[in-house]
Amino acid sequence: MSELMKTPLNAAHRAVNAKMVDFGGWDMPVQYPAGILAEHEAVRTKAGLFDVSHMGEIRVKGPGALALVEHLTPNAVSKLALGQIHYTAFLYENGTFVDDLLVYREGEEEFLLVVNAGNSDKDFAWVQQHAPGFDCTVVNESPATGQIALQGPLALSILQPLTKTPLEPIGYYHFTHGEVAGIPCLISRTGYTGEDGFELYCAAGDAEAIWNAVLAAGTPQGLLPAGLGCRNTLRLECKMALYGHEIDDTIHALEAGLGWIVKLDKGDFIGRDALLAAKAAPAPRKLVGFKTLEKRDIARDHMPVVQDGQSIGFVTSAAPSPTCGINLGLAYVPTELAKVGGRIQIDIRGRAVPAELIPTPFYKRLK
Amino acid sequence: MFPADLKYTKDHEWLKPAADGTALVGITSYAQDALGDVVFVDLPEVGASFEQGEEFGTVESVKTVSELNLPAAGKILAVNETLADHPEAVNEDPFGQGWMVKIQLSGGLDGLLDASAYEALVSAESH
Repeated sequence: MSELMKTPLNAAHRAVNAKMVDFGGWDMPVQYPAGILAEHEAVRTKAGLFDVSHMGEIRVKGPGALALVEHLTPNAVSKLALGQIHYTAFLYENGTFVDDLLVYREGEEEFLLVVNAGNSDKDFAWVQQHAPGFDCTVVNESPATGQIALQGPLALSILQPLTKTPLEPIGYYHFTHGEVAGIPCLISRTGYTGEDGFELYCAAGDAEAIWNAVLAAGTPQGLLPAGLGCRNTLRLECKMALYGHEIDDTIHALEAGLGWIVKLDKGDFIGRDALLAAKAAPAPRKLVGFKTLEKRDIARDHMPVVQDGQSIGFVTSAAPSPTCGINLGLAYVPTELAKVGGRIQIDIRGRAVPAELIPTPFYKRLK
Repeated sequence: MFPADLKYTKDHEWLKPAADGTALVGITSYAQDALGDVVFVDLPEVGASFEQGEEFGTVESVKTVSELNLPAAGKILAVNETLADHPEAVNEDPFGQGWMVKIQLSGGLDGLLDASAYEALVSAESH
């Protein structure tokens, strides 16, 4: 087995007895001693602190940077203001996913692309492969960058005393540069939990100092360190896609319900022709939300959706929902069955279990 | 570290034999820690019989599901009804309040581990 990669916070996690797992080649905390339920609840009601330093960062800079990012992604990059962020993807020519990502507009000619840990090398190679002909540099900043996510309704009040940067004016999906605990970082009002919160990008060597400062400031208010276990249940409740589950290289952007990041009228980009064709014909399958009806029926990732003994779809992600108190999931099903209130059956270890299609997201915070 | 009056399986169940030929069965502290927060325990009907090592139920945590295999052949005399409303008992007190089934033993206890052998197994798994 090859050596797992470690974030700059690895020792800090181990020091507080986090349970570590192999996540896409990274040695990451799945939970701390409080446990997934307590961490999930802390994020929904107070705040949680996540190490997301495993995420990849790619910087594209130069006169051709805008044109390159427009070429590589379906969302309208030219519409991004300085200091603004949007959710988007890298697509193959057939419209399926290389990865999903965030694009940060750092300058007129400078973009920071934040990609999934497990796809980071593939993504960097993808950008590099398409860069020739565009007048810009492409730098993989992942190893040099630490990233910490503070998420939850108390995120702002915990973070504000640690920085002179006024946080309230930073809009959702906007960012600025400032200092936290005296350490330079990029302060981004984003997250993967459905709560208010901030993601802090810093030099890898500074990550532990920021982590400790935020933990110390927030612990009296109920802040908990939070692992990948609750990150998954939190994002599932909000129907946020996870690569390898709702999206991958066999699923195209429209089927995934991500038509809102696809701007077919913005000009050419990789995957546009396939998505134009897909848009003309109704998609044969759709991503839906479901709940099982009995407490004992807990669907899990990748279980088949069945009808008369035949597989007609598959569960992408599913778990008992800590916030909703029911067993939830997302699944691809034939479009004709994709109606809220309709029934499907899921093969749970050989039993065909009924599930009802329900509206998504399953959870939405009160603003 | 693990109670000396129990017998253990390599799959991390425990069995506590009583003098009258019955036994309690549950999962170990190591197993509950690996599973994380338990949210549901699916247990069999009273009266059902199982072979040694046969699946008699499942335990579901937030993140995963695990089979429960009976450590010794037997017939189900009782199931722990309190787990229906308080599955967290499996996490909080795996060797006590978190017991799962009471069985009438119908065979021997061959192949089960004592506490020190189980501890050696667990320490090998976690390193």
